[in-house]
Amino acid sequence: MSLNATDLTCYRSGRLIFSGLSFSLENGQATMLRGPNGVGKSTLLRVLAGVLEADGEVELNGTRLSGDRDAVQEQIAYAGHLDAIKPQLTVAENLTFWAGLFGGRIEDAVEQFSLAEIWDRPAHACSAGQKRRLGLARLMVSERPLWLLDEPTVSLDVETTARFAGIIAQHCAAGGMALIATHIDLGLANPQELLLHPLTEAQHAETADPFLSEDWT
Amino acid sequence: MSPTLALLARELRLSLRSGGGAGLGLAFFLIVVLLVPFGVGPVPSLLAQIAPGTLWVAALLATLLSLDRLFQADFEDGTLDILTLSPMPLEGLVAIKAFAHWLTTGLPLIVAAPVLALTLNLPDPAFFWLVTSLAAGTPALNFLGAIGASLTVGIRRGGLLLSLLVLPLYIPTLIFGASAVSAAADGADPMPAFLLLAGITLFTLALTPFAAAAALRMHMR
Repeated sequence: MSLNATDLTCYRSGRLIFSGLSFSLENGQATMLRGPNGVGKSTLLRVLAGVLEADGEVELNGTRLSGDRDAVQEQIAYAGHLDAIKPQLTVAENLTFWAGLFGGRIEDAVEQFSLAEIWDRPAHACSAGQKRRLGLARLMVSERPLWLLDEPTVSLDVETTARFAGIIAQHCAAGGMALIATHIDLGLANPQELLLHPLTEAQHAETADPFLSEDWT
Repeated sequence: MSPTLALLARELRLSLRSGGGAGLGLAFFLIVVLLVPFGVGPVPSLLAQIAPGTLWVAALLATLLSLDRLFQADFEDGTLDILTLSPMPLEGLVAIKAFAHWLTTGLPLIVAAPVLALTLNLPDPAFFWLVTSLAAGTPALNFLGAIGASLTVGIRRGGLLLSLLVLPLYIPTLIFGASAVSAAADGADPMPAFLLLAGITLFTLALTPFAAAAALRMHMR
């Protein structure tokens, strides 16, 4: 499988975030998405997941995002800054809901993320790290080939971070792909890197919104 | 478990847990209807005359009460992003969420309405049509509300804007729902109004999933 992005250009609220971005990922690869704060890492991941619109083309396994959005999205598991956890439900209820929706198995995820010890706890009583573990467990439950991860290791302890790196390696070894925005070294064996560069001064001034151009401000 | 059942079970569980708002609409409905005799005075003939309209208006307002959380809660905690990646189409998702909302807010109103109608001295022949018209009309309230909720998702204090958007859309349902009950109370034929009410509901059920899903997609751009 492969992921190709061609000439991606994204505006948010009329301001240019990135432009002319092209790259491709190959089978079995974990790729680190790096770049300073505000460079558009999260935006890029959301564009690839198809939850944000951008100009240009994203192609996953030869299927174009603009052509058949559903077919592309059904191969993607996304984990953003928010864990998508309902505080009123227990850890078990949260995870079995996602398993029911995505049709995956929960046993491996429970074991890998040590969720058994907090299984019956309401999610609002979990620590930030425990919630993050539950949020990441959804990746395994949804059984999708492409993982898009946005700062997945935030609030994880050292041991869990190492184990999560192992899970990513395992996922890629099984033919999956992962694009991971992170500032730390996950310790993966020879990961690819995708570096986003800050915009130049001229690009900063560029806008798709006439009301933001200089005549108006 | 199938995706549909998983989502339905979660929606029902959430609305029955704290902050879910299932009991809130019902309590609001009870209080509003019980307040009316205090306002207009305890005149049985007057109460009987305004009972159908009062019950229907109170049902509209009670439905509005918990609508603003329908998509907003999922939007705020990131669940909406994940739901769009699920194998279920967004249209189906909207329909299931609106249906679950009806089960927890619309259905209790239908059960409570005959009891409250007693306090408003509704004439006996109208009781059957009160329940029937609410059963046929309340799904339209929840589904039209889902359109409003999807349009205002992500807006601060969107609940107020939601009321302004949705209440005008409730007018046809209110007119035909209340007039079916009034007709039955006056001994006239309630069928014409009831059939129009049912027609509006069917139209709304068919339209809402597409309209609300389009609004949610627009919001993500």
